Amino acid sequence: MTTEFPISSARATKSPVRRGRLRQLTGRDRVVLGVMIGIPTLIQLVLVWIPTLASITLSFFKWDGLGLSGFHFNGLTNYNYVFNQAPQFWPAVLHNVVWLLFLAVIGTPLGLLLAVLLDSKIRGSRVYQTVFFLPVMLSLALIGIIWELMYSQNDGLINNVLGTAGTAGAVDWYGNSNVNLFAALVAATWRHAGYIMVLYLAGLKGVDPSIKEAASLDGANGRQTFFRIVFPSMAATNIIIVVITVIESLRAFDIVYVINHGGNGLELLSVLIVQYLVGETQVIGIGSAFAVVLLVISLVPIVIYLSRTFRTKE
Amino acid sequence: MAGIDSDRFKMNRRSLVRGIGLGAVSLAGTGLLAACSGGSAGGSGGASGGSGGGGSLTFGSNASDPVPKKAYANFVSAFEKKSKDKVTTNVSDHNSFQDKITNYLQGSPDDAFTWFAGYRMQYLAKKGLAGDVSDVWSKVGSNYSDALKKASTGADGKQYFVPNYNYPWGFFYRKSFWQSNGWQVPGTFDELITLAKKMKAKGIIPIEFADKDAWPACGTFDYLDMRINGYQFHVDLCAHKQGWNTPQVKEVFDTWKEMLPYQDPNAAGLTWQEGAQKLGNKKAGMMLLGSFITQQFTDASVLNDIGFFPFPAVKVEGTDAVEAPIDGLMLSKKGAQNQAAKDMLAYMGTGAGQQAYYAVDKSNIMTAKDADTSGYSAFTKSLSDVIANAKSISQFFDRDALPAMAANVLEPAMLGFIKTGKIDLANIESQAKTLYAQQ
Repeated sequence: MTTEFPISSARATKSPVRRGRLRQLTGRDRVVLGVMIGIPTLIQLVLVWIPTLASITLSFFKWDGLGLSGFHFNGLTNYNYVFNQAPQFWPAVLHNVVWLLFLAVIGTPLGLLLAVLLDSKIRGSRVYQTVFFLPVMLSLALIGIIWELMYSQNDGLINNVLGTAGTAGAVDWYGNSNVNLFAALVAATWRHAGYIMVLYLAGLKGVDPSIKEAASLDGANGRQTFFRIVFPSMAATNIIIVVITVIESLRAFDIVYVINHGGNGLELLSVLIVQYLVGETQVIGIGSAFAVVLLVISLVPIVIYLSRTFRTKE
Repeated sequence: MAGIDSDRFKMNRRSLVRGIGLGAVSLAGTGLLAACSGGSAGGSGGASGGSGGGGSLTFGSNASDPVPKKAYANFVSAFEKKSKDKVTTNVSDHNSFQDKITNYLQGSPDDAFTWFAGYRMQYLAKKGLAGDVSDVWSKVGSNYSDALKKASTGADGKQYFVPNYNYPWGFFYRKSFWQSNGWQVPGTFDELITLAKKMKAKGIIPIEFADKDAWPACGTFDYLDMRINGYQFHVDLCAHKQGWNTPQVKEVFDTWKEMLPYQDPNAAGLTWQEGAQKLGNKKAGMMLLGSFITQQFTDASVLNDIGFFPFPAVKVEGTDAVEAPIDGLMLSKKGAQNQAAKDMLAYMGTGAGQQAYYAVDKSNIMTAKDADTSGYSAFTKSLSDVIANAKSISQFFDRDALPAMAANVLEPAMLGFIKTGKIDLANIESQAKTLYAQQ
């Protein structure tokens, strides 16, 4: 068997052999390949690219959503509205940033901490895992409702434990615009930490125990072993977690929508898009402009992630 | 929340949970709706010839809450009995019906459907999505007051809407509580403030105010604007024929600032239901709200103790204008070709038709002049008199103005005003300019 020959030649001169391989395919293979590539491409086109391009186009037009007769070029008016006129825009950007920082600084490390603790074979580990993972099974909308039981001004657990319930000093956790963003973030973290915990538990299971042993033989203490050996060896998991944290903070929507439809201190970009695109309050051009802004922001982490992935593959 | 203003009760927990469950149902419902109205096309064609019986129509109803749903069913069966026409009713979830209204009317809509008077009706008429019912009005017009006719008329002078019921906004209070303190119903704004001072000295909240859902503040704004600048200015402002960055609107908020210290300081975090409880428990003196507030008082002794007075006179036109949102029926473009559908709207314009509805849902005021009001309680009668004596009827800001203007601009701005006492009218005007230019 001299199969090595074509392979090494393929390495030397890529293109002729690739073409040669294509020529080797039967007609039927080509049809199958075409269908297998074509259908996902079509789905991608219909579900992702066409709506995206349509949104970008619409953001420069005004349209009543009824007929083509109401379709007029509007220049940058919609963007002027977004950046200069809508008073909710900059607070919304700020809240999205706060959301990201809160999850990155508190939520994600908390999940990591839980994972490390539960990985060290403490008694009842399975029970704790279940308990911490349970919130992940719930939708954020439901979590917003559940936490209402804690936050409610007069009937909630927190104010009753503090003894302020029913008095003038009772904090309205969801209603007071100074604190409601953090109240929502605590509830969101409750879920986020469980999610991160599970991912890190899987990651920790994948770490080769022998490198931990080697580290301890070299005299590393527990903390050194974790931060210098175990954590860096989970690079793949870490990247996924960074991406998830960023995505969670950009797509945050349901919990604030449940609390008060995303107003009064809970404005987020996603909420503004919905306000201007859904229902009777629809103003398609402006809603699309908000959506394009969120798209551009979302592209930043996506581009960084993809360029990293492709670089490591090379 | 029953057909009253439930469109705006976005945030109470019950409706939320219900909303989640209804997601699936309403999805299924849309398919059903399309199927039903598709089927009716043949039926309505057959009916268009004759006007007396044997026709059929489809009726799209947003009355998804139990009481209004039953009330409309009662109305429909009374109509069927009278006309021998056959009505197929398709009930949709109240909120999603509203959210999908333009898609619904562009697709294959029912012949007749439930809707609201004011800008919301005029918008559909202007976009050519509603059927002209001027000929129905020539039959039932004498049964309605001029104010109701004005509220049913589109920008082109034709009628597109037939009122069923309405409900007034005003101040509600506990009569026994006021009597024991010797408080008198205020007739002017100054008297209101004087009374509020007395109440505050007594350690209660003078004017209960709950604006967590952001829309209730529109009631205060509408009344102050109508009492200071007059009804016509208010309507023009809602349609953005008048500017926001004007001395008139500034005066509204300046006057409001005098009242603000006497309104509940926790307004931003309270739902109107919670506010109503404070009124019921005598922790608050009065509350400006729609008459649906009475639904919160399940205890009959409290309910019988509730009194009503109109928003006091401030500067012009006394108390001529009243805020009383009207709900009623409209025809789709297709329904306007169907005589049976027109007959049903005409029936809605009779006392008999409205009584069939009222027999089940008693939380509102019938609008037809010949409706039998002998069943009204003294309280309901006082509400009905306020509307009957009104020279003009406004519909509430989110029905009179562009919905995006109400929900995305004025309501958040007022929430800020309640907290800080500041309002940026120049910014509101700039947003209004952009939004109205998009229509």
